[in-house]
Amino acid sequence: MSKLAEILKRHQTDIQADWIKEMSSVNRRKDLITDGEVKQQTAELLESLVEASKSGNVTDMHSSQYAPVRDFLSSISTSRAKQGFTPSETASFVFSLKAPISTRLRKEVKDADELFKELVISNQLIDNLGLYTTEMFIKTREQVILRQQEEMLELSTPVVKLWEGVLALPVIGTLDSARTQVVMESLLKTVVETNSKIAIIDITGVPTVDTLVAQHLLKTITAARLMGAECIISGIRPQIAQTIVHLGINLNDIVTKSKLSDAFALALQKTGKKVVKAERSQTRAASQAGGNDDPRKAS
Amino acid sequence: MERIPILRMGSLLLVTIQVDMHDQLAMTLQDDLTTAIAKYDSRGVLIDISSLEIVDSFIGRMLANIAAMSRVLDAHTVLVGMQPAVAITLVELGMSLPGVRTALNVESGMELLHSLDDRQGAEDGDAAEV
Repeated sequence: MSKLAEILKRHQTDIQADWIKEMSSVNRRKDLITDGEVKQQTAELLESLVEASKSGNVTDMHSSQYAPVRDFLSSISTSRAKQGFTPSETASFVFSLKAPISTRLRKEVKDADELFKELVISNQLIDNLGLYTTEMFIKTREQVILRQQEEMLELSTPVVKLWEGVLALPVIGTLDSARTQVVMESLLKTVVETNSKIAIIDITGVPTVDTLVAQHLLKTITAARLMGAECIISGIRPQIAQTIVHLGINLNDIVTKSKLSDAFALALQKTGKKVVKAERSQTRAASQAGGNDDPRKAS
Repeated sequence: MERIPILRMGSLLLVTIQVDMHDQLAMTLQDDLTTAIAKYDSRGVLIDISSLEIVDSFIGRMLANIAAMSRVLDAHTVLVGMQPAVAITLVELGMSLPGVRTALNVESGMELLHSLDDRQGAEDGDAAEV
């Protein structure tokens, strides 16, 4: 049995006390974590470390004996990543265990050669534990980023109903293949749900239109047409109109409008509706064709 | 033998595809439909594919063919009730069915067919006057 494992077991409480002292001198985020929690976490980690090193294995932390240690470390780094600790703060939780163990080894092991050997082993173990903690920390952060990306994808493609039978799809941001798929699916789904004959795709928020984006737009429009809904593209900025022509993209079969309002007016016209001025009073309405208060539908 | 029924409604023909199309069935439908258009002198064909969930390039081509054949026989074809997944599949297959008219459901499909027929009637009328 390695000396390290034995010492860990024998001086568990002393090491823990030293560890907490060491940690508070190095870096302690009192605003994020309480003393009680630190005490509990250190105790738990030491406990599982003692349990794992009982087998005599103090070098290979990827073995099955170390599974509880790994689980505990990953849960700690996950919670710390969410609490807002920095990576080094999280790693120093493990690395600050190095000094107490080394001190303890120094006291217990008298022979210089043996001390050196034990120190190397303990350093290696703690380094590995620290690396694992950092890895887990980054993994958690990556998961957060991934989730946010997905949420952004969902959020950035709303399909709104402008009128009975008229949908609008304001596209904001670059249209790539993944987003086109989401846009297409949500548009087609809403077309079926709301029984809409016309969909306006507003690309005011699309920074650039290249051949690929145009192809994606055309795909969406074709799919909508196959289902029996007509698409109007609106919000084409002058620069984009120039790019489209320079790239030789054929939008001849598609109705395009420069502004969403123009597209909406066309959509109303196509669905057989029109906006008329509100009548202030019977007499004035008869003589005057002006006024622009409440747009009212008449078919 | 399995067949897709073709219903006659005045000057229109109604086809509802409620089973998964396989190739032989599609060919039979093509035969039956062209025969029916010629026989009843139909002005419009409405194909309801709302229960069709799987399409391949053959079925897509067959639908385009039926539309083209009907046009030759002087009948309009309207495809109604395509599922979103089917539409996406057809687009991904590169089949945009350019000559086929589409509508969301049977109701708007019927409306479209009637308006097409009216327009043609009016054009005929104009021609007669001249």
